[in-house]
Amino acid sequence: MSMLLEVEAADVHYGELKALHGIDLRIAEGETLAVIGANGAGKSTLLKTIAGVLRPSSGAVRFAGEDVSGLGPNRRVAQGIALTPEGRRIFGSMTVEENLLVGAHTRRPGPWSLAAVYEAFPILAELQDRRGGVLSGGQQQATAIARALMSNPRLLLLDEVSLGLAPVVIADIYAALPRIAEMGTTVLIVEQDLSQVLRAADRVQCLLEGRTVLEAPAAEVTREQVAAAYFGLDREAS
Amino acid sequence: MAWVNAVVQGLLLGGSYALLACGLSLMFGVMRLVNLAHGALAVAAAYVAMSVVDGTGVPAFLSLLVVVPLFAVAGYALQRGLFNRALGFGELSPLLVSFGLAVIVSNGLQQVYSSDSRSIGIGELATASIRLGGDLSIGVFSLITLAVGVVVIAGVQLFLARTRTGRAMRATRDDGEAARLMGIDDGHLYAVATAIALGTVALAGVFLGMSTQFTPGYGDLVLIFAFEAVIIGGLGSLWGTLLGGLVLGVAQTVGAQVDPAYGVLAGHLVFLAVLLLKPSGLLPKVVPA
Repeated sequence: MSMLLEVEAADVHYGELKALHGIDLRIAEGETLAVIGANGAGKSTLLKTIAGVLRPSSGAVRFAGEDVSGLGPNRRVAQGIALTPEGRRIFGSMTVEENLLVGAHTRRPGPWSLAAVYEAFPILAELQDRRGGVLSGGQQQATAIARALMSNPRLLLLDEVSLGLAPVVIADIYAALPRIAEMGTTVLIVEQDLSQVLRAADRVQCLLEGRTVLEAPAAEVTREQVAAAYFGLDREAS
Repeated sequence: MAWVNAVVQGLLLGGSYALLACGLSLMFGVMRLVNLAHGALAVAAAYVAMSVVDGTGVPAFLSLLVVVPLFAVAGYALQRGLFNRALGFGELSPLLVSFGLAVIVSNGLQQVYSSDSRSIGIGELATASIRLGGDLSIGVFSLITLAVGVVVIAGVQLFLARTRTGRAMRATRDDGEAARLMGIDDGHLYAVATAIALGTVALAGVFLGMSTQFTPGYGDLVLIFAFEAVIIGGLGSLWGTLLGGLVLGVAQTVGAQVDPAYGVLAGHLVFLAVLLLKPSGLLPKVVPA
């Protein structure tokens, strides 16, 4: 299986603060990987580094075999990396449909079109003329994921899908993920909330304070292992 | 009848203000950049058109085929080379840079063309008029200017509303970082916006030069009128800018009807009244929270 994304020994700093310590991450084409961890573990930083918003101070990001470390976020979208950012970041003055069309700005060819995302998220078809600024959190999240899909990414990065949403809304959003994977899109989900993500993912990687502390197939890990890694209990015990 | 005439002439005058203000409004609307060189660039376009007409003998309107593309290309280069860099240093930097540019342009014009007042000859069109009955008649050239102003503003508005590039501009205005995550190259997009803005500035400047006498320093007055039209209409709204231009024009002619010395003053007073009573302008851009 060829690797679609390889992050190698990436160090990332916010000014003086070192947020990621030599992180390695690999995803095969078609796989769904969940990156979990507590607040401040470096999950969002990792996603921003993959999307090109942040640049690693050392290490490399390779996508489809090519080093993309030097490319800005807009160039990486053209290569096939799309990020649904933390906080959704919907264009508030534009309608849902316009938001989706902006997502298709790069005109990358692929299976996703307005019709396809409306089929995956039926709620959006009803809301297409609604302005982004007046949507509820769940509607915004669905719009944000659909907008990212419109760029026909090979790799979809989802940052904190469940943040601030009611459990029933979270379940609705996760219900759309298998369809995205079926289309052949590789998905990297970052989550704090473990209720849905372990079922949706093939593999799980847990971060703690900017380092990987657990990496395993999602079907094989127990809640105890995850909890221990998530809160750093192993380390304290040893 | 005299008052009706004043209002009609004011609407016609307002058309030229709206045309002048369109580029200023577009640049502010897309990238929050107040281009203080706007007036100086409009006057520069008038001088370039005059040189083209004098040098080749072509009719004045044909000079637009040279001047508008020339200024659009210059606008793209200006944004890429100067304003984009300035935007990286905060909001005040582009303001200062454009002020410096205004000084350079107006002094450059003075160096090349001297400070004599000039105009672009359009022959009989300058005095042609249509009689609407009674004492009321309207100048053909003013009517053309108003029509061009409306068409340009409607065209730019349509471009922003319907095209892929226009949508990308609105997305960038809403949230620049999120727009980059959609694959949008904001540096290029800003340059396209400035290219369009300077194209309209060139058009407005040449029309100005065909309607009135101008000097290298005339851009200061142009900037003030364009700025007033934008503020009266509401920042960031192109239809508002059209309305603002018309309101300013009517205020000036009605003021001048009261006393010929009060025309420009009346325009300033309406501007101040709008700032006091409705600071967001008459047609503010609706942006939901």
